[in-house]
Amino acid sequence: MRARLSRMFVLIGVAVVIIGFALRVNALLVVTVAGIVTAAIGGIDPVGILTAFGSGFASSRSVTTFALVLPVIGLIERYGLQDQAKRLIAKLDRLTTGRILAGYLVVRQVTAAVGLTSIGGPAQTVRPLVHPMAEGAATKKYGRIDERMREKIKGFSASSDTVGVFFGEDVFVAVGSILLITSFVDEAYKLTLEPIDLALWAIPTGIAALLVHGTRLLLLDRKLDKMAADVRQTEGVAA
Amino acid sequence: MITSEWLYWLIGAFFIAVSVFILTDRTHAKRVGNAAFWGILGLSFFAGTFVVSGALPAWALGIAVLVMVALAGLGFTGTTSRTRVASVPGAGVGSATGPAEPTAVTTRPSSSTSVLATTSPDERAGFAQRFGNRLFIPALVIPVVAVLVATLGPLVRIGGEPLLAEGSATLTGLGIGSVLAVVVAVLVLRPPRLDTPVREGARLLQAIGWAALLPQMLSTLGIVFTQAGVGDAVGTIIKAVLPDGSLLAAVVVYCLGMALFTAIMGNAFAAFPIMTAAIGWPVLVQGFDGNPAAIFAIGMLAGFCGTLVTPMAANFNLVPAALLEMRDKYGPIKAQLPTAGILLVVNMGVMYLVAF
Repeated sequence: MRARLSRMFVLIGVAVVIIGFALRVNALLVVTVAGIVTAAIGGIDPVGILTAFGSGFASSRSVTTFALVLPVIGLIERYGLQDQAKRLIAKLDRLTTGRILAGYLVVRQVTAAVGLTSIGGPAQTVRPLVHPMAEGAATKKYGRIDERMREKIKGFSASSDTVGVFFGEDVFVAVGSILLITSFVDEAYKLTLEPIDLALWAIPTGIAALLVHGTRLLLLDRKLDKMAADVRQTEGVAA
Repeated sequence: MITSEWLYWLIGAFFIAVSVFILTDRTHAKRVGNAAFWGILGLSFFAGTFVVSGALPAWALGIAVLVMVALAGLGFTGTTSRTRVASVPGAGVGSATGPAEPTAVTTRPSSSTSVLATTSPDERAGFAQRFGNRLFIPALVIPVVAVLVATLGPLVRIGGEPLLAEGSATLTGLGIGSVLAVVVAVLVLRPPRLDTPVREGARLLQAIGWAALLPQMLSTLGIVFTQAGVGDAVGTIIKAVLPDGSLLAAVVVYCLGMALFTAIMGNAFAAFPIMTAAIGWPVLVQGFDGNPAAIFAIGMLAGFCGTLVTPMAANFNLVPAALLEMRDKYGPIKAQLPTAGILLVVNMGVMYLVAF
């Protein structure tokens, strides 16, 4: 019983991570302290802890191979990659709100799947481009939109970027999540997994994400139709 | 036989170059701290080779790792007060490095020797006009070459021996692809100097900052957790509620656990080793003889469903609401919640159907 209880004490390390992240302490510090605390409770001596960090670093170097793509991405950014992406996205301008966002979702997910995660983002594309286009389309269609509709469009604009990049990036092999899986399981369980095999298994969920969220974005048009009708009705009553 | 070590030396050399760029940038606010951080990181990539071969004791590298953590954790790195963590989408790094100004284009009207110097927005618009979609060509070289080498590489044998070490084909392809992509980009774009790609890469790396080391540290934490028995402890708790011998229940608990732990921690990378040691490896792979690549990849994506709905992943959920000046700061989460729920079920279904 006592042995079983003491085995549970290692969960304190998990608590350290949760509390540290919640308090927004520097994540590197949180992770390192959680590792030291957990190892100490687990009965690993100081030299053993240093050894664990050293061999852990050496065996997980593959996770950082994403750094290799930075020079070429930086170079094409220097020559206007983001501007060109914006020019492409701006071509969606004549569509309805839902179709603009669905179109952006496709662009975002496909480009993330080939490793171009940096062409979009809340600050890079959503705020300056996608959201104004989506709201502009709604204003053009309904004449006037109220605060509730505006909030809805903002929320869905942000979601089209986030869902697109999350379920696109895992199809690209040089991405942190894929390389983290291989480096961790190869070290912990002595496997030799190829990152590309994992990336392949991300494709079914990626397609599902495109279909599910794409459909919801297209249905947003109907929801806005309804909300706009409500707005007209209440205004009619007020008048 | 070719292993991945040359790739790590290439990365190490890149980090050391970044360190040298910073050292020679007299305008840099935190010159010494940053140069030390990237320099030690670069040297550690070389040292790792000797730790793996046994020529260097691992505890020595462990000390270097703790020094880097101290430099970053105590505020000796970074360019401004906050840097952006955009390198790991989906992972949801819930940290204080939230993007204060997460614009990818860091324009500084400083001298050309600054490590952050790049083209101005006007220049970029002009270049985009001139090069158009040709800008995408260099970027596409990476995935195309990586996939080609990863699929064809393992077939190459020299004198009966495979040319590439087991498990290294994808990384080799990635390395070759990245180098070729730079060559193609230089030929297409004709930058003013040959070190421009490295300098532009250094600019992006500076924007990522110490968060570049975070995935590696999370992987290390996962290994420490596993050695200390965290996965076993969580597994003991889960097995108390898990019906014995039910594959469907095990798949559901693994995916649900990934989503929940990710939502609590705001980070799928931190949740993955815990849930995998608790149930993914012992129950799904060893117990039910599942396909590890499929189980782990889909398990991580189940974690991403948790990232979509947690305020702990501030960069992905709260920052957009702030940027769009939303009244309801949970607006993006509300828009994502149904999608996350449906995709979690999809992940369970796909894993159940294809992995066993």
